[in-house]
Amino acid sequence: MTIDVVFLKSIPYFSVMSTAELDTIKQSFSEKTLQRGEVILLEGESSDTLFFVASGVVKIFKTSAQGKEQILSIAHLGEALNDIPIFDNGVNPISAQALGQVTVYGIKKDKLLSIMQQYPKVAINTSKVLAERMRQLVTLVEDLSFRHVLGRVAKILLNNAAYGVGPKQHLTQQEMAAMAGTAREVVAQSLKALEEQGRIRLERHRIVVTDRKALEDIVEESS
Amino acid sequence: MIEMPIVDQEKCNQCGLCISVCTCGAIVLVKNRITIIETEDCHWCTNCEAVCPSGALTCSFEIVFEEE
Repeated sequence: MTIDVVFLKSIPYFSVMSTAELDTIKQSFSEKTLQRGEVILLEGESSDTLFFVASGVVKIFKTSAQGKEQILSIAHLGEALNDIPIFDNGVNPISAQALGQVTVYGIKKDKLLSIMQQYPKVAINTSKVLAERMRQLVTLVEDLSFRHVLGRVAKILLNNAAYGVGPKQHLTQQEMAAMAGTAREVVAQSLKALEEQGRIRLERHRIVVTDRKALEDIVEESS
Repeated sequence: MIEMPIVDQEKCNQCGLCISVCTCGAIVLVKNRITIIETEDCHWCTNCEAVCPSGALTCSFEIVFEEE
């Protein structure tokens, strides 16, 4: 196993370190490869190792008491998976699962804190990374005021649905998100919720509005 | 012809993330080009679109009212 110093430099936490400095700390990292579907972290458990995505993509999600999964984000190359419990000594607020084959680099908490003491610029940079993450989460919280987003998504469906033969509108979830002023993941959640409520049916390549009146009521309530 | 996800080759950087998350084998790399294979096994999970860092993959939905 060879820890890639070039990759370490690309991790936002350590981007302020020189190649020589990274070379001295690379022995503190471990590497782990997971297959599709493998769980890397479980919500509610404690963490003593901070993981970064070295290859592949990881699903970050929470699970409700009823077992409903809510995807918060997709973690890409260089992103940290569990910095919150590492820094506040709490438990994982999220679960993380490999979407395909994934390689993660891990560093033990005590080693990370030691690096921050030895290189204060890393601690300062970490603060900046966490502040950026907080800003994204504030926006997501705002969007997850579900009533409003559901209404906007319902309106988009009503405005773009067609009957029978003739030209039909095609939209991706990303396009719907842009139109609704929200995140793609929130649109996906909204569509799932509307299907569970029986207002729409999600088919392969198609959204069927099964209860037009109900969607109109949702739009009305949220305005 | 089966509707399948569409890849914009100009945006695609051949990172292969789409291939790693596809559970139905619809996405392959052929001569360094992401290629979509028609298959009814594709259930439109849209994971490929979700993970693409460059927005090269799109899984669009046709939106229709149910006929009464």
